[in-house]
Amino acid sequence: MWPVCLAVLLAAATAQLGAAEALLIRNATVLTVTKGTIQDGSVLVEDGKIAAVGQNLSAPAGAIVVDASGKFLIPGIIDCHSHTAIEGGVNEGTVSDSSMVSIEDVIDPTDINIYRALAGGLTVSNVLHGSANAIGGQTVVIKLRWGKTAQEMLFAGAKPGIKFALGENPKRQGYTPPSVLPPGRPAERRYPGTRMGVEDVIRESFIEAKNYQEDWQAYRLRVARGEHPLPPRKDLRLEPLVEVLEGKRYVHAHCYRSDEILMLLRVADEMGFKIRTLQHALEAYKVAREIAEHGASVSTFSDWWSYKIEAFDATPYNVAILTRKGVLVSVNSDSDELQRHLNLEAAKSMRYGGLNETEALALVTINPAKQLGIDDKVGSIEVGKSADLALFDGHPLSNYSKALRVWIDGHEYFDRDKDLETRPDFERKKRALEDKDSGIPHLPTRR
Amino acid sequence: MTRSYTLAAFGCLWCAAAVAADSNSVLIRNATVHPVIGPEIQNSSVLILDGRIAEIGPKLVPRAAIRTIDARGLHLYPGLINAATNVGLAEIQALRDTVDLDELGLFNPELRAGSAFNPSSEHIEVTRAAGITSVVSLPGSGGRRVATGGILIAGQGALMHLDGWTWEEMAVKPGAVMDLLFPEIETGPRQEGAPPRPDKDALRQYTERLRELSEFFEQARRYQKAMAARGPDFRRDLRLEAMIPVLEGLQPIAIRAERERSIRDAVAFADKEKVKIIIADPREIGGTGPLLKERHIPVILGRAFQLPMRDDDPYDGPYTLAAQFYRAGVKVCFGTFDVQFARNVGFEAAQSAAFGLPRDEALKALTINSAEILGVGDRLGSIEKGKFGDLILTDGDPLEAKTNIRQMFVAGREVSLESRHTREYEKWMKRP
Repeated sequence: MWPVCLAVLLAAATAQLGAAEALLIRNATVLTVTKGTIQDGSVLVEDGKIAAVGQNLSAPAGAIVVDASGKFLIPGIIDCHSHTAIEGGVNEGTVSDSSMVSIEDVIDPTDINIYRALAGGLTVSNVLHGSANAIGGQTVVIKLRWGKTAQEMLFAGAKPGIKFALGENPKRQGYTPPSVLPPGRPAERRYPGTRMGVEDVIRESFIEAKNYQEDWQAYRLRVARGEHPLPPRKDLRLEPLVEVLEGKRYVHAHCYRSDEILMLLRVADEMGFKIRTLQHALEAYKVAREIAEHGASVSTFSDWWSYKIEAFDATPYNVAILTRKGVLVSVNSDSDELQRHLNLEAAKSMRYGGLNETEALALVTINPAKQLGIDDKVGSIEVGKSADLALFDGHPLSNYSKALRVWIDGHEYFDRDKDLETRPDFERKKRALEDKDSGIPHLPTRR
Repeated sequence: MTRSYTLAAFGCLWCAAAVAADSNSVLIRNATVHPVIGPEIQNSSVLILDGRIAEIGPKLVPRAAIRTIDARGLHLYPGLINAATNVGLAEIQALRDTVDLDELGLFNPELRAGSAFNPSSEHIEVTRAAGITSVVSLPGSGGRRVATGGILIAGQGALMHLDGWTWEEMAVKPGAVMDLLFPEIETGPRQEGAPPRPDKDALRQYTERLRELSEFFEQARRYQKAMAARGPDFRRDLRLEAMIPVLEGLQPIAIRAERERSIRDAVAFADKEKVKIIIADPREIGGTGPLLKERHIPVILGRAFQLPMRDDDPYDGPYTLAAQFYRAGVKVCFGTFDVQFARNVGFEAAQSAAFGLPRDEALKALTINSAEILGVGDRLGSIEKGKFGDLILTDGDPLEAKTNIRQMFVAGREVSLESRHTREYEKWMKRP
């Protein structure tokens, strides 16, 4: 019975995703990111993959042909730090190690910010747990397949991750004075309340994880010897940490100051695992050498600063310093708003430190793809990669440009003309509903 | 410093020696001049004498004792104006001790942002580096209506030059605008986790606030009369006295009104009170275009980089807002209503241009429009004879992120484009 059900479900899912028709985008300035720029370039898409890139490609019979004269085609933009499409709160903040919870369980495919982000050329997001705890929840990479189910949005084959957090956010619950709490609520303090405590939480958890890992190794050894021992008790909190130790799960660590960045690298060295990305990392420029040596990378803001004390020693030249010192860098959003124009965030690196166009564009395409271990599938316009593409009406690093059309796996998910076309009808329906409502018109539906 | 300038300086040691370090006279030659009020002029020169633009022309001759800058290949624009910020009043958002915004009380028209403006704020240099030579600093953050129990009049916003030793030297127009947060119908929860307020309560509170506002103006009018009469019982009242320039139509009220309804009500209020207003930080235009156009009420736009207000609004609503006001015949300029992103005001304008605002209008909305809306059109906002020598030399369009601002002059004085950001850059690039 089960296999039958599964087959039906699979069939339904496949039907919905559909087998992509061939698509030829012609006469565009193609910014491949990894293979240079092609003037009057064409990209042929077959079965959701890029089949050919070059000049004068001809369309196979039945292909959809898009004339992109005067326009610019880039790989879909990738955001290495997002909290979009999370149902409810982003933080399981009651414990200092919440590695047992997963964002994958709470993806909300109806979040309108998915569509809004698509409309800015974004196609992939690394959706993270919040930063309330030293070791936060599990993270998930999604493709912005607007209109599909949560399951269908998951990026197949992307390595899972886990959020860590250092500094002010994870220690805040350790010292929040009662005066700041809502009236009537007792001061609930939670360890840690200092950066020293944050380091301790991570070390303690990994000591536990190592013991747990050894228990399982010993168990498996005995099973292999033909014995019949009792298995160790399964621990959902330690399982993901063991995956980190075994290189099966990436660590994405929220951090600001150089001291805490260095601390985390040394703790990881001690425990024998790797930090995949340092998130925000506004002072990463001070420890670029150590970051490069560890093999970590940095995903940061283009120019955020001064919103709190640990963000006061920030500089928008962070991206340039790190790039010049050999660290892989991406520019992220951490925001439903900022994710709508990551290309423009990347452009700021040209003013702040003189990155060239390719380097700037890489900050939001191939670099985050590498950081998420999906650069074999997305992040550049190359034959064999997924046809995640964004068409702009001008150079995507120009502040005067905007996204016109966006494809994921060769399917079109955003078309500005269609969006504009549907507006009058949509507006009419909305007015009709409002007229029925006796309440006050024009109230916000969210926040 | 451009290479050509270095050569010029070395080539004329006598000149260099004669020019005082803080000289406010300079001759900029061979630039592409963008006067804003007219088409660009290739290979032109601009002479600034004693802080003011003295001459613009193709062949101005260098004078002894006046520094000459060869700006070949560079563009000369008037310095950009951010018409709404909190620069100088707040340093680190999360640290209350460093924030001087949102004073307690519903009505504080006597508060002056100009004299609390910290001339050593790190944000000044950082904002300046983006080509911004002046900002309006407002005493209200606009974001704490509910949390503080409400603010209606936050105080007087000051138009400040981003250069000077003291706030007094920096002030261009200390009482440029009265910062008024027009009541909104607030249905959101009073605090996180609390249930939203019923519409009825929200409407009642809104009406109550409007009544309080009217009463305050009425009170101010009575005071105005009493002051004119100078009766024996007259006593000075700083709060009410501060309202007199508003009542006389000398000081515009920057009315923050987000929604169509509050914009309409704000206009009706201005009609009734016969005061001069600017609509500030609107989030939609609705049907208010003709109302504003008819009365010549201008708009200070807030950030284009915002999310649409409602889930079912068009995705590009905030991007097209400037164009919507412009097409309705309303004069617009740009602000950011914050500190951290004050430097990005040019990008807000460019984004609006990507979505329908003509490019030259985007530039005007950062220069001449802002100056005119703030009542300093005779002193700021374009490259014209007699105006302040507030100029930027760039290697391209200053609204593009890839463009570098090469040199800046505020009232004719060259100011540094260094900031803690560039200093960290230089310092840490050298780390072995």
